[in-house]
Amino acid sequence: MMLCGELTAPPHPGEEAGTLRAVGLAGGAMNRMKVDEEEYWHSSKCKAFTFDDDDDELSQLKESKRAVNSLREIVDDDDDLEKFSWSGEPVGSISWSIKETASSSSNAPEGRDSGLQKGSSSHPALPKQTSSYSISSFFKGRNKLGSFQSLSDALSDTGVKSYAPELRRSKAEYKDYSSDWSPKDTVRRMQRGKICSLERFRSLREKLELLDEAVAVHDGNVITAILIFLKRTLKKEILFQELEVRQVALRHLIHFLKETGEQKLLLDLLRFLDRTEEVALSQYREHLSIQDAEKRREFLKGCIRLPFSSEDAVHVQDHYTLLERQIIIEANDRHLEAAGQSEIFRKYPRKASILNMPLVTTLFYSCFYHYTEGEGTFSSPTNLKKTFKIPDKQYVLTALAARAKLRAWHDVDALFTTKNWLGYTKKRAPIGFRRVVEILQRNSAPVQVLQEYVRLVEDVETRLNLAMKYKCHDVVIDTYRDLKDRHQLMAYRCKVERGSAEEDKIDSILSNLVKNDSSPTYTQS
Amino acid sequence: MESENLAESRDRGCHVIGRAWRGMAAHLSSGRVNLTALREAGRRELREFLDKCAGSKAIVWDEYLTGPFGLIAQYSLLKEHEVEKMFTLKAGRLPPADVKNIIFFVRPRLELMDIIAENVLSEDRVRSPLRDFHILFVPRRSLLCEQRLKDQGVLGSFIHREQYSLDLIPFDGDLLSMESESAFKECYLENDQTSLYHAAKGLMTLQALYGTIPQIFGKGDCARHVANMMIRMKREFPGGQNSIFPIFDTLLLLDRNVDLLSPLATQLTYEGLIDEIYGIQNTYVKLPPEKFAPKKQGEGGKDLPTEPKKLQLNSAEELYAEIRDKNFNAVGSVLSKKAKIISAAFEERHHAKTVGEIKQFVSQLPHMQAARSSLANHTSIAELIKDITTSEDFFDNLTVEQEFMSGIDTDKVNNYTEDCIAQKHPLIKILRLVCLQSVCNSGLKQKVLDHYKREILQTYGYEHILTLNNLEKAGLLKLQTSSRNNYPTIRKTMRLWMDDVNEQNPNDISYVYSGYAPLSVRLAQLLARPGWRSIEEVLKMLPGPHFEERQQLPTGLQKKRQQGENRVTLVFFLGGVTYAEIAALRFLSQMEDGGTEYVIATTKLINGTNWIKSLMEKLEPPPF
Repeated sequence: MMLCGELTAPPHPGEEAGTLRAVGLAGGAMNRMKVDEEEYWHSSKCKAFTFDDDDDELSQLKESKRAVNSLREIVDDDDDLEKFSWSGEPVGSISWSIKETASSSSNAPEGRDSGLQKGSSSHPALPKQTSSYSISSFFKGRNKLGSFQSLSDALSDTGVKSYAPELRRSKAEYKDYSSDWSPKDTVRRMQRGKICSLERFRSLREKLELLDEAVAVHDGNVITAILIFLKRTLKKEILFQELEVRQVALRHLIHFLKETGEQKLLLDLLRFLDRTEEVALSQYREHLSIQDAEKRREFLKGCIRLPFSSEDAVHVQDHYTLLERQIIIEANDRHLEAAGQSEIFRKYPRKASILNMPLVTTLFYSCFYHYTEGEGTFSSPTNLKKTFKIPDKQYVLTALAARAKLRAWHDVDALFTTKNWLGYTKKRAPIGFRRVVEILQRNSAPVQVLQEYVRLVEDVETRLNLAMKYKCHDVVIDTYRDLKDRHQLMAYRCKVERGSAEEDKIDSILSNLVKNDSSPTYTQS
Repeated sequence: MESENLAESRDRGCHVIGRAWRGMAAHLSSGRVNLTALREAGRRELREFLDKCAGSKAIVWDEYLTGPFGLIAQYSLLKEHEVEKMFTLKAGRLPPADVKNIIFFVRPRLELMDIIAENVLSEDRVRSPLRDFHILFVPRRSLLCEQRLKDQGVLGSFIHREQYSLDLIPFDGDLLSMESESAFKECYLENDQTSLYHAAKGLMTLQALYGTIPQIFGKGDCARHVANMMIRMKREFPGGQNSIFPIFDTLLLLDRNVDLLSPLATQLTYEGLIDEIYGIQNTYVKLPPEKFAPKKQGEGGKDLPTEPKKLQLNSAEELYAEIRDKNFNAVGSVLSKKAKIISAAFEERHHAKTVGEIKQFVSQLPHMQAARSSLANHTSIAELIKDITTSEDFFDNLTVEQEFMSGIDTDKVNNYTEDCIAQKHPLIKILRLVCLQSVCNSGLKQKVLDHYKREILQTYGYEHILTLNNLEKAGLLKLQTSSRNNYPTIRKTMRLWMDDVNEQNPNDISYVYSGYAPLSVRLAQLLARPGWRSIEEVLKMLPGPHFEERQQLPTGLQKKRQQGENRVTLVFFLGGVTYAEIAALRFLSQMEDGGTEYVIATTKLINGTNWIKSLMEKLEPPPF
C-alpha cells in the first residue's frame, strides 16, 4: 500500500476536527489544491483561523510595518538611543570586550616590552623558564613509583610550592591533609574541593566504603575521582565484580572510560557484564575515527561478526558491503575521469568522491554515471538495488532525479512504462505522478515532457492545479473538456495567447459542446 | 555610559547591534520573586575571586561561558577588578598581554584541559614576561580535569584553582537556567548524575537566599534523586539555620522523561517559534539582516548589512514581554494595535503649540523612540517567521504532528515522514517526527520501527545506527513492548488534546501548541488544583516515582496567607524546558482565579532540534 498511490495526499479533512489546528498557523498551505478542503475549512469552526489576504491576522503586520516606516523620518535623524552598529557587539559586553582588548594588545607591541620589564621586576625571585617541561617537572616530585599517576599526587600542589612559596598552603591545611579522615569525611572534603589523600585507604573494604559514600552523595565528580583511584589500585576482575553490584558507580566508570578513550578497558568491562550489544556498538563507533577508506573497510569487516542485535547486524553488514563497493567504484571512476575518454565524466566532472556517502546518494551517483550498465557490474543501479534490497519507491525516486538532472527524458519515460502480457504498455508510478511532475519540474523539464506526466495525475483537481501552475495548457483544456465545463473553458480562453493553437483548440471544443451540457457535471470525490 | 547589555558570540567576528541603554537588570526584579538578589550573589562571588589574583589580569574564556556570564556581569565589573584583556580559549600560544595574571574561565571538560595545557606550555617557550596562571572552573572543579592537567604536566603552573558555582543563572524575572547543554544526555543516557548534583546545589543556594521551601513534590527518578540530595544537604549543613521568610511555597521537580512529547512538538508561541527557527542563546537571537536594514532616505539599500542582526530578548522590552508567550497567530493584531498607538503619539507633535507642550513632547521622545524601534524589530521578526509558518512544508509537518498528538494513525508508517526522508530533509527533523510518533504510540511496532530505521540508515548513512541507539536508550524511540498503548488514556485523562482551542484569547494552556496541552505543565496545573490524587492511575503510567516531602520551618517563619494571596511554586525541569512550556506556566500564573504563580528553573532551555542534537552521536565530518 505504501508503495503505490498518492504520496502527498493532503491531510484527511474530515477525520477529526482536531487535526485542523494547523490551519491557523499555516494559512499559506491554503493555496494548495482541493476546493473541497477549502470549503471545509471555511465551514468548520476553524473559520476564524483561515487567512484570506484581507482578514489575515498577520496581514496586520503590513500595517504595523507601514506605521513603523512612516515614523522613521521623524525619528531617524538623531536616533542615539539605538545605534545600528553592525560592526560590533554591544559596548561593554563580554564578547565585545574580548575582541576589543585582544586587538588593542596586538596594536601596541611596545606595551609588551615594557610589560616584560615590569613583569620581571615585580617577580625578581622567579626563574626564567624556557619550557615548563624542564622546570616544572623537576619540581613535580615524581614519587617512588616514578610516575605521577596517583590522584593524591594530582591533588597536591607540589609544583606551585616550588615557585610560589608565598602561596603555600597554611599549616592548618597541611594538618588536614595528613590527618586521619574517615571515608565519609574524605568524601565530604572532596565535595568541597579540598585536598585529600586516598592512598591511606588500603583495604578493599575501606575503598568500597569510600565509593559507596561518594555514590550516596550523588557527586559525579567525587565518584569519578574515587573510581580512578580504585581502577589504579584494584585488580580489574575485583573492580568489575564490585561494580556489578554498584550500578551508579558502574555507569560513571563506563562514562569515564568512554570520555577518556580507554577503549580496551571499556570493552573488557562490557564483556564482563555480558553487555555484548554495547560492546559491539562501542567497537563499531571506532570506525568513525578511521579516515583511510581501505582501513575503514577492513575495520568494518571485523565488525560484522560482533554480537549486534539482529537488525543492527544487517545494517553493519550493509555498511561494510557499501564501502567495499564504493572503493571499487571510486578507483574505477577516478581512472575513467582522468583518462578523459568517457563522455559523461567529461561533461559532468565529479564534484566529490563517492566514498563514505550514504546508500541512496551512491544509488543516485550510479544512476547518474552508470545507468546503462548491466546487472553484472558493481556500479550498476540494478546491482545496487538488488544487493541492498532497495525498495521500488526509493529506487524510482532516485533514478528519476538522476535521469531528470541529465535531461534523459527517454529514460524517465521508460522508468514508468510497464508492459502487460498482451503487450499493451501502461504508465505506472509507485511514487505517484504528482511527485514525478514535481521532480521533473525542479529539473526544468520542458512543457512537452511535463504535461505528459501531469496528464497522468489521477485526481482531477490536483491535475488541474499542476497543469495551471506549470502552464500545461493542453492538459487544462482536455480536463475541462472531459468535465464538459464550458464555463471554465471560456474563462481559460482568456489566459492563453491570442491566436495560439490552444485558443483554436478551446474554440473547437466549445463549438462542439452542447449548450445544455455547460453546467459542470463534475462532482468532487 | 556603559551599556548593560551583554552578549555572547560563539563565532568570533559576528557582529551585533547596540541596543538602548537600560537600567540594571531591572527585568529580574519584575516578577513575584526578586531574582536580582541571585544575580548579586553571583557578582559578589566573582569579585571575590578576581581580587584573590592581585594585580592586572587577562581572562581566557571558554567561549561557551561568555553567554551565561554575560547574564551575571559585564565587562565594566571585570575592569573594576583590573581585568585588562580578554581572550577566547584556543589552541596554540596565548596572545601577548601585559598583565600579571592569566585566568582561565572554563567548563570542566577534558578537551579544554588539553587546550589550556598547550597554552601554558607554549607560553613558557616564548620569552614573555612571567605571568601567574589561575583557573576558574565553572560550575565546579573537576578532579578528572585536574588529573588531565597533571598528565599534561601543567597542573603545578596554576596558583589558584577554584570553582565558580554558576548553578542557576537568572534569565528573566521568573526564569532560571543552569545552561548545562548535556544535562539530559548525562542523566538519561549516560546515567551520570552530576548535573542533578548541581541542580540540588542550585536549589540550596536559592533556599539560602529565598528561604526554605516547605513543600517538595516530584515525579521521576531524577526528581527523586534531587529531592534526596537536598534533604541530605540540609541535614549535613545545618550551620546556617535559615531565618529567611520563605518566598516559595512549593517546589515541583519534574523529570524531562516524564514528558518526552512536549519538546518534540513544534512550539507555536512567538518566542517558541523564534527559538525553533533561529535558536535563542542566552537570551540572544541572531537574525538574517535583510529585514533590519536601516532605511535612511537617499541611500536606498546601498550597503545592505551581511552580518546577522543580534537582538536580546527578555521582559525588559515591554512589547516583547507582551507578545512572547502568545500564540503566533495572535501576535499580528497586537503589533498593529501598537503601531496605531505609537503613530498617534507621534502625531501629538502637531498639536504641541506652546513651549511647555513642545517640551513635554520632547521629554517623551526617548520612550517613544524605544517603543518605535522595538515595534520595528518585532514586526520584522514576525514577518520572517510568517514566511516560514505559511510555507507548505511547515503546514504539512504541523498537520502530521497534530495527527500524532491527537492519536491518529500513530501505528503505521507515515507517508509524510517517508516523503521527507526521500527528499532528504534534515535528519533531525525526521528524528523528531519518528520519535514523536513513537512517544504518541507508547512505542512503535517492530515492522514500523524497522522500516523507519532502514530508510534513515540508507538515506543518511549507516553510521547513524549509533544515534538511533542513543534515542532508544533515552526512551524517545522504542519498540512497543506491551500490547497496550497507554498514550490515549493519558491524553484523555489529562486532557492533553483540546479540540476547541482559542489562539487569540486562550482559556487553556493548549494554545501554546495550538491544540496540545504540554503534559509537564498539566502536571503542575493538576498538582495545584485539585491535587495529584485525582490522577493516581495516570501517574503510575508515567515513568518514575511521584512523591511529596515536607521541610520543617521554625514556627516564626510559617506563612500565614492573606486572603486572595497567590501561592508561589518553583517548577524545576530536570533535563530541559521549552519556551512553549514556559509560556503555558506563565499563562497559568496570570489566570485570574489561578491561585498560583510560577517561577521556572531548568537545566537547559531546549527545543526539539537542539535536544535531539544533544543525543546524536558526534560524527566526524566526511573526509573531503
